[in-house]
Amino acid sequence: MSALTVDTFKQIIQERLQAELVTVEDMSGGCGQAFAVIIVSPLFQGKNKLMRHRLVNNALKEEIAGIHAFTQKGFTPDEWAAQGGKV
Amino acid sequence: MFRRALTNIPRFTTVRPNFSYPVRFMSTEIKEAIDQAVASSPVVLFMKGTPEFPQCGFSRATIQLLGQQGVDPEKFAAYNVLEDQELRDAIKEYSNWPTIPQLYVKGEFVGGCDIITSMAQTGELAELLEANDALVPETDDGIEEAEITPRR
Repeated sequence: MSALTVDTFKQIIQERLQAELVTVEDMSGGCGQAFAVIIVSPLFQGKNKLMRHRLVNNALKEEIAGIHAFTQKGFTPDEWAAQGGKV
Repeated sequence: MFRRALTNIPRFTTVRPNFSYPVRFMSTEIKEAIDQAVASSPVVLFMKGTPEFPQCGFSRATIQLLGQQGVDPEKFAAYNVLEDQELRDAIKEYSNWPTIPQLYVKGEFVGGCDIITSMAQTGELAELLEANDALVPETDDGIEEAEITPRR
């Protein structure tokens, strides 16, 4: 698998998690090994944190296995709106 | 703070069989060793490095959070996955979780650094630890609590 870029990773997340909004931050300084992501998706509805993380981990299994660090925050569209569209 | 944790590292000096096998399938032996580790204390953390010398920012952050919550060192054990490649591979499969650190409380998987951070912010982490009697007991002679009301 070629190295992930912010854009390709973002696209993958958008597709696989039906995300309305995805931000991907490369924390590696460019080597493509560490990403922090925020995902806003209706799929998170009714799921607690652990279930959300597992959903993301499973959907991005290969990608996560190939990088060094991965940190995620997941919100439903309603939660995201309620907190004013920011973390 | 978690000094005792270091003495709590039991049996990950496993003997490697001299044939290679895909790491995706963990051996019964390592699974049992992890079962034991998970059950070894009410609060168990699989981390990179030791509580005194975490070797990764996520492990460091998690240790700090547990310390801030007041986790009782007597009820805490940490396992350094960097000491054992077999453990490092197997724990991900065991927990079905791709990253380190991983926190267990009373044998239940809680989550990784993101989840613990978020639970600490909402107070859920304190509740969970409290409910499982994993915090340092409050003493009468300590200054655990002080009522500070401004004089008017």
